Amino acid sequence: MSGDVITTDAVIIGGGPCGLFAIFELGLLDIKCHVVDILDKPGGQCAELYPEKPIYDIPALPEVSGQELTDRLMEQASPFDPQYHYSQMVTELIKHGDNDFELKTDGGMTFRAKVVVIAAGGGSFMPKKPPMPGIADFEDTSVFYSVREMEKFRGKDILIVGGGDSALDWVNNLQPIAKSMTLLHRRPEFRAAPDSVNKMRAIEDAGKMKFQLGQVTELLGDNGQLTGIKGKNKEGEFELACDTMLPFFGLTMKLGPVADWGLNLEENLIPVDTEKFETSVPGIFAIGDINNYPGKLKLILSGFHEAALMAQQAFRYINPGERLRFQYTTSSSSLQKKLGVK
Amino acid sequence: MTKITFVEHNGKEHTVDVENDMTLMEAAVKNMVPGIDADCGGACACATCHVYVEPDWVEKTGDREETEEDMLDFAFDVQENSRLSCQIKISEALDGLVVKLPEKQF
Ligand SMILES: Cc1cc2nc3c(=O)[nH]c(=O)nc-3n(C[C@H](O)[C@H](O)[C@H](O)COP(=O)(O)OP(=O)(O)OC[C@H]3O[C@@H](n4cnc5c(N)ncnc54)[C@H](O)[C@@H]3O)c2cc1C
Ligand code: FES
Repeated sequence: MSGDVITTDAVIIGGGPCGLFAIFELGLLDIKCHVVDILDKPGGQCAELYPEKPIYDIPALPEVSGQELTDRLMEQASPFDPQYHYSQMVTELIKHGDNDFELKTDGGMTFRAKVVVIAAGGGSFMPKKPPMPGIADFEDTSVFYSVREMEKFRGKDILIVGGGDSALDWVNNLQPIAKSMTLLHRRPEFRAAPDSVNKMRAIEDAGKMKFQLGQVTELLGDNGQLTGIKGKNKEGEFELACDTMLPFFGLTMKLGPVADWGLNLEENLIPVDTEKFETSVPGIFAIGDINNYPGKLKLILSGFHEAALMAQQAFRYINPGERLRFQYTTSSSSLQKKLGVK
Repeated sequence: MTKITFVEHNGKEHTVDVENDMTLMEAAVKNMVPGIDADCGGACACATCHVYVEPDWVEKTGDREETEEDMLDFAFDVQENSRLSCQIKISEALDGLVVKLPEKQF
């Protein structure tokens, strides 16, 4: 995945509903897209925060769940063969010249694009960091919030904290290469796929890992090297030895790197015009929850409208001098061809 | 109207009058009480609206439902009296309720 530079027309930062619809609107104008999202799946807030909740204000869909809306947007975008890159955060956005942008991700990918669409919503979904004194000193040496390279954890005394899918998956996946594995969770029930829970129980029964009921209260060690933790449960306090800790408490939205791209943010939002939804840097657009303009409503339907207008200006940058013909999908045979209508 | 007191981690108190049928989370957000993030807007999907109900009030605020119990796995320092404030509906019976806020919703 890393190393080579991917050259494309457009990079969309964020695969929430607005980013997904932007693929469609750009696709109708023959603009090819790559989409990068820090989540491991498409849908942004709809998929991460409320996949099962019904939404009632999507035009012509009287009731649709967050997940179903995501699935439908993916289907609608699919004729344009977008390339999705999940579990990657865009960390850098550099302008090299007119219609020449470079983007880098924390996963080592590099893109070169003619236009950039920031559809970053409420910001990046980032792992929650337990608010414990001194935890920052251990981060990236002994405390990790995600696993990028499993090899890094070989031969370690690992403590995993949490009871969701991530916690259980990593107990199961890292146990074979760890020196020792302990799972710490506040209750004996787990909010994870029954399959992973059974697998963990089997490993526990085989004596290859330990389950400890309780919550972490204090980190032990110094100079960035963890030696153990203090914890508590109903019975009282306890200590666990470990040199590596992986806390999995879910995700929360933080603005993240968007703040560093020189876009004149106002109250963590990117100001745009309402004709092209362009930022202060020509060729960089912002749509959906991340942008702001007089009268802005943070609604999915607003983001859809913004995507359509943004695409018009993106076309002009990518095809200078070419006339943009306004067409309906119902009647234009060229649009229907692009959509694969038979 | 029902009187509710939110106590920040540093001891600062915020007493607000709220309309019945709102959730405790909405009451905090509407009155700009700091310390309730409510990322998911009350969908019981983020655990950033964690509060500690004062012991005297635990019974009156009711039991946690299963989804709330599950979601509390994503809160920090969960105690017997921990609740997700978006899951508590305000009614006259809660007049005078006192809840404490954690140091951070993280
Ligand atoms: C509980 C709840 C209920 C809602 N109900 C409704 C409703 O009924 N109707 C309605 O219209 N709206 C509703 N909304 C709001 C709606 O979900 C948002 O308006 C919508 O999700 C915004 O879409 P978006 O594509 O702009 O951003 P998001 O959905 O926020 O997606 C942005 C994506 O960008 C990613 N990202 C950010 N920065 C980076 C980066 N640097 N690199 C890589 N990826 C990045 C994020 O990880 C995220 O996945 C609701 C929201 C919530 C929380
Ligand atoms: S507001 Fe998200 S769980 Fe209560």
